[in-house]
Amino acid sequence: MRKLIATCSVVSICFLSATAVFAAGTVKIGGLFAVTGPAAFLGEPERNTAKMVVEEINKAGGIKGHKLELIAYDTSGDATKAVQLATKLIKDDHVTAIIGPSTTGESMAVIQVAEREQVPLISCAAGIKITEPVKKWVFKTAQNDTLAVVKIYEYLQKHKLSKVAILTVSDGFGASGREQLKSQAAKNGISIVSDDTYGPKDTDMTAQLTKIRGSQAQAIICWGTNPGPAVIAKNVRQLGIKTPLFMSHGVSSKKFIELAGEAAEGIKLPSGKVIVAELLPASDRQKSSLMAFVKDYKLHYHAEGDHFGGHAWDAVMLLKNAIEHGGDSRVTIREQLEKTHGFAGIGGVFSYSARDHAGLNKDAFVLVEVRKKGWVIVK
Amino acid sequence: MKVREFLCKKRKTMQFEQILQYTFSGLSTGAIYALIGIGFSIIFTATGIINFAQGEFVMLGGMLTLFFLEVLKLPLWAAIPSAVAVSALAGLLFERLAIRPLRQPTPLNLVIVTIAGSILIRGLAMLLWGKDTHAIPPFTGDEPISIAGATILPQHIWILAITLLIIAVNKFFFYHTISGKAMRACSYNRRAAGLVGIDVHRMVLFSFVISSVLGSLAGIIVAPLTMTAYDVGIMLGLKGFCAAIIGGMSSGMATVVGGLILGVLESLGAGLISSGYKDAIAFIILLLILFIRPQGLFGKAESERV
Repeated sequence: MRKLIATCSVVSICFLSATAVFAAGTVKIGGLFAVTGPAAFLGEPERNTAKMVVEEINKAGGIKGHKLELIAYDTSGDATKAVQLATKLIKDDHVTAIIGPSTTGESMAVIQVAEREQVPLISCAAGIKITEPVKKWVFKTAQNDTLAVVKIYEYLQKHKLSKVAILTVSDGFGASGREQLKSQAAKNGISIVSDDTYGPKDTDMTAQLTKIRGSQAQAIICWGTNPGPAVIAKNVRQLGIKTPLFMSHGVSSKKFIELAGEAAEGIKLPSGKVIVAELLPASDRQKSSLMAFVKDYKLHYHAEGDHFGGHAWDAVMLLKNAIEHGGDSRVTIREQLEKTHGFAGIGGVFSYSARDHAGLNKDAFVLVEVRKKGWVIVK
Repeated sequence: MKVREFLCKKRKTMQFEQILQYTFSGLSTGAIYALIGIGFSIIFTATGIINFAQGEFVMLGGMLTLFFLEVLKLPLWAAIPSAVAVSALAGLLFERLAIRPLRQPTPLNLVIVTIAGSILIRGLAMLLWGKDTHAIPPFTGDEPISIAGATILPQHIWILAITLLIIAVNKFFFYHTISGKAMRACSYNRRAAGLVGIDVHRMVLFSFVISSVLGSLAGIIVAPLTMTAYDVGIMLGLKGFCAAIIGGMSSGMATVVGGLILGVLESLGAGLISSGYKDAIAFIILLLILFIRPQGLFGKAESERV
C-alpha cells in the first residue's frame, strides 16, 4: 500500500512538474535568501538583485521566448528552515533550479536535498566546503577565502614582508580565514609570528595589538566583518603602530570607512571588483557586467550595489546562459553550467568544470587601499 | 655580554610599556563596567531585583545620541543631554508599564519581566534604527596622547573623568539630599521607610530613572571608541553585572573598584595569556565571587547596601 502511494505521488509530482514547466512556458527558479536574521546583510541585497535581474531578463523578452519566474523565500539564516523551504521549492513549486542559500551553514544543509532530488543549486555563500569536494548538482558564485588570502600574501611577497601577525574574529568567517591564512603561509614564504583572536562583540583590541606591537611582525592581517575591524583600525592608530595593516574582503564596503573614519586611511584589503567598478581599466573583462549591475541596482533600489548582490546576479546570469545553450530541464541546465567557460560576471570570470564548481581564480579579487575616504586599486 | 644586558633591559622596558598599556585599556573599559554596575546596584538596593534591562539603557544612550546627531542634526553638546533625557524617560516608562503593574512582584517574576523588557527594547531599537553599527565622533579629537610609552585617546580621559564625576554626584545624592537618604532608608527596611512617610513606590521609580541615566551616560561616553548598535547592551550589561557582583551590589566605591578590577584583569588576560579567554575571565570571576564571597569582594557578611 505504502509503495503504491509513493509511486502515485512520484508519478503525480512528475506530471505536475512537467505541466508546470512546459505548459506555462515559464521557467521557474527558486531563491533561498536570508532576508531577515543575522545574515540579512547578505540575503537582502541578494534577493533584491535576483528579483531585479529576473525582471530585466523578462523585460528583454525572456530566455529564448521563455519567461523566468523567481520564487524567493526567506530562510532567516536558519539551516533547518532552509532545508524545509528547499524541499518546498522542489516539491510544491517545481522549480528547475535553486539560487542560494546565503550562508555556508545553510548551503551545507541544503546540498543534501539538492543532490537527492537532482536539482541544480547555485549557492551564494563563500565557504570552501560547499564545492570541495565537488558535488554533482552544486555550484557557487561567491569567492573562496583562499583567493583573498593569496592576494594579500602575493603583495607581501612582492614587498619582501615575510613576518605577519594575524588577528581574526572568533566566528565562522574568522575561523575560516585563520585556517586559510595559516595553511597558505608556508607556500607563499610567509611566517606567522603572532596569532590572536577577538570576539565578534569586543570593543577594545588594544591588548592584542600591544602584544603584536611587541612582536617582530612586519604586517598585521585582520580577518573579520564590521564592526570589529573598524575598532582594530582605531586601536592601531591609537597605539601609534606603523606596521602596515591589512583587512579581509569582509569589510570591503563604504560602511567600514564610515565606521573607522580617519583610522581607515592607508589600510589595504582584497576586494571583489564592485566597489571599484568605475576605476577598472576598460580592458577588464568584467567591466561591462559590473557597470550594468551597479547602474541597474541604483535605478531599482536607489542604493549602491554590493558584492553580495553580485553573487545573486552571477547566479541568475549563469542560469540564463545555461538555459540559452541547452534547454530548461534540470539535467541540461546542470550540464551546461558545468560547461560555463569565461563568463565575466560580478564576482569574477567564471569557468566551471567537472572538477571545479567554484569557478574562480585569484583575479576575482583586486587589492584596494583606502585613500581620502575612497578606494584606490593597488597595482 | 653587554649586548645581552642591553637586550635584556630593552625587553624589560618593552614589557613594562606593554603592561602599562594593558592597564590603561583595562581602566577605561573598567570605568564603563563600573558605571553600568552602579546602575544595577541602585535598582537592586531599592527593589531587591536585578534589572537585566540595564544593558539596553547603555545601548539607548549611544543610539539616541546618534539619532539626535544624524537625524535631528543637533550639535554634540545638545545631543547628549537629549539622549540622556529620553533614556531617563524610557526608564520611567519601563518602571511604570512593566514593573509596577505586576500582580505578584516576587523577585523571580520581576527579574523575568526585566529580561522581557530588555528583549523588547532591543527589538524596538532594531526596528527603528536597523541592524547596522554606527560610529559617534569623539568629543575632542582623536589624536593619541602618549604617557610613559603607553598611548591613550582623549576619549579615554573623558570616560575616566565623567565616571569620577558621576560617582561623586552619586555619593552626594545618597548621603546629602533628602531623596537620596529616603532611598537608602528604603533599602535598609522598606516597611519601616513606608511607616515614616517615605513613598516607597516613588523611590523605586527614582531608582529606575537614575540607573537608566547612568546606563545611557556610559553608552554615550563609550560609543566614540567602541561604536554602537542595537545589540551592544547584552555584553556590556553582563559585564556591568559582574562589576556589581564583585562590589557586592553596593552602589559606592566597591562597585567602581569591582568594575576597574574586571577591566584590568580582562585586558591583562587578553594580552598576557590569550585573547580567547577575555570574556571567560569575567565570568570565571563572577562565578568565583558568587561561590566564595557572595557578599562581594569587600563586603562584610551584612554589608550596607547603597
